[in-house]
Amino acid sequence: MLDVRGLRKVYEGSGRRTEAVRDLTFTVGAGELVCLVGPSGCGKTTLLKCVGGLLAPTAGEVSLAGRRVEGPPPGLAFVFQEYGRSLFPWMRVGDNVELPLKQKDMGRARRRELVADALASVGLADAAGAYPWQLSGGMQQRVAIARALAYEPEVLLMDEPFAAVDAQTRADLEDLVRRLWRERGITVLFVTHDIDEAVYLGERVIVLSASPTVVREQFEVGLPAERDQVHTRVAPRFAELRTRVYEQIRAAKREASGAVRKDTPPLR
Amino acid sequence: MRRPLLRIVLVFALPAVLVGVWWAASAGSEDVYWPPLGTILRTFPEVWTGERWRGDVLPSVLRLAAGYALAAVAGVALGTLVGSRRRVRAVCEPVVEFLRAVPPPVLVPVIMLFAGIGDTMKILVIAGGCVWPVLLNTVEGVRAVDPVMAETARSYGITGVARLRDVVLPSAGPQIFAGLRQALSIGIILMVISEMFAASNGLGFAVVQFQRSFAIPGMWTGILLLGLLGFVLSVLFQLVERRVLGWYHGLRDASRRS
Repeated sequence: MLDVRGLRKVYEGSGRRTEAVRDLTFTVGAGELVCLVGPSGCGKTTLLKCVGGLLAPTAGEVSLAGRRVEGPPPGLAFVFQEYGRSLFPWMRVGDNVELPLKQKDMGRARRRELVADALASVGLADAAGAYPWQLSGGMQQRVAIARALAYEPEVLLMDEPFAAVDAQTRADLEDLVRRLWRERGITVLFVTHDIDEAVYLGERVIVLSASPTVVREQFEVGLPAERDQVHTRVAPRFAELRTRVYEQIRAAKREASGAVRKDTPPLR
Repeated sequence: MRRPLLRIVLVFALPAVLVGVWWAASAGSEDVYWPPLGTILRTFPEVWTGERWRGDVLPSVLRLAAGYALAAVAGVALGTLVGSRRRVRAVCEPVVEFLRAVPPPVLVPVIMLFAGIGDTMKILVIAGGCVWPVLLNTVEGVRAVDPVMAETARSYGITGVARLRDVVLPSAGPQIFAGLRQALSIGIILMVISEMFAASNGLGFAVVQFQRSFAIPGMWTGILLLGLLGFVLSVLFQLVERRVLGWYHGLRDASRRS
């Protein structure tokens, strides 16, 4: 479904070259839920923006369902970390969810139906008439998720969506993502810096190195599809995976701080 | 029900005191140029009869409305264009800075040369002065669209007219309204000035006419009326702003509480 091959991204600006992503190759199969996890500042957001067509890669390519991504593709929805800045404060919740649908060729009745259905799936059926800023942070992120769902994407990209909410809300939202993924069969690529979250959510986890980013390791999670916050997190398999990812990330950080940084030549 | 009452008292307290002071200080004044407030208020209904409202106030207000509307449309349209294109902005910025530094009243004689002394001249003068705050604020507002919102719009394929209507202009709304508010007071000033130069009717014309014919209390009533007009327009403006930017005030209150 989603193919990333040899992706490289170098930022150039005022005499400084920063190689954010060096060489990334991975695939996400149709209907899969894949978590990308890496040390903070490892170019995860850059990667996701390249995948979503918001940034042009320096080299390599991304293709979605066999078509090369050159701009934001229609079958793809994005959920950003900054929910407060991603929802439009001048529109009510219902209008926020409906806005992207107006770009699609569909009747008003169908749009209304999709909006109501998406809001109901995230448990916010009653909030359509409220403004986003009248809701709590967790509810706002639910609205952003509903907006993505109503768009009926083939692939859902989530960029550390729960980094800014409190722990309990976060657990609820994680379960929500699992449930929606199972109900709707969407392909999900979920980026996080939280190791537990990656293992709990994913069917597969891809561990990234520090910037300039490459894939360090990837493995199947192999936990049962039915997961819950209390039992899954104390399962032996969970602990084992968690340790494994943790070690990888620690090693990645060590290498990054030990390595001579050749990617940033001195100012000319 | 004490709070609304208190508010009304607070709103009217200072004006009442000022009017009282003026009244007391000017009472029994023999000075021709400083007639007692009592005399001015008695003259008011005599001067501002139905005919004068039709012949002076209405033309003034209509010219103001036309010039202001022209400036608002042109300012927002040009400002959006300049604000969203970096190249255009680089080219236009110095010129805009120069043009807005020219005091608008000086345009009156210039515009008179090619637009004559009729309504067109006055409307152009008002528009020419009002357009700058609207334009500059729109440019700033359009530039300041949140990058996350811009990326959200892009990732959902919201482009072109929809992007402008649903994302860029609402986001720039608070800034645009700040510009419109400044433009309103400039507009009233230019309305009066343009009527003082060459005119046969209008509020500015009436005030000058009273002064020249030594109808001093009449002149003072004109000044009072202009003040009242400005006040009423500003209240109307606030009502519109509250309606259009309701979301913005709500958002601000919400983030202040948290």
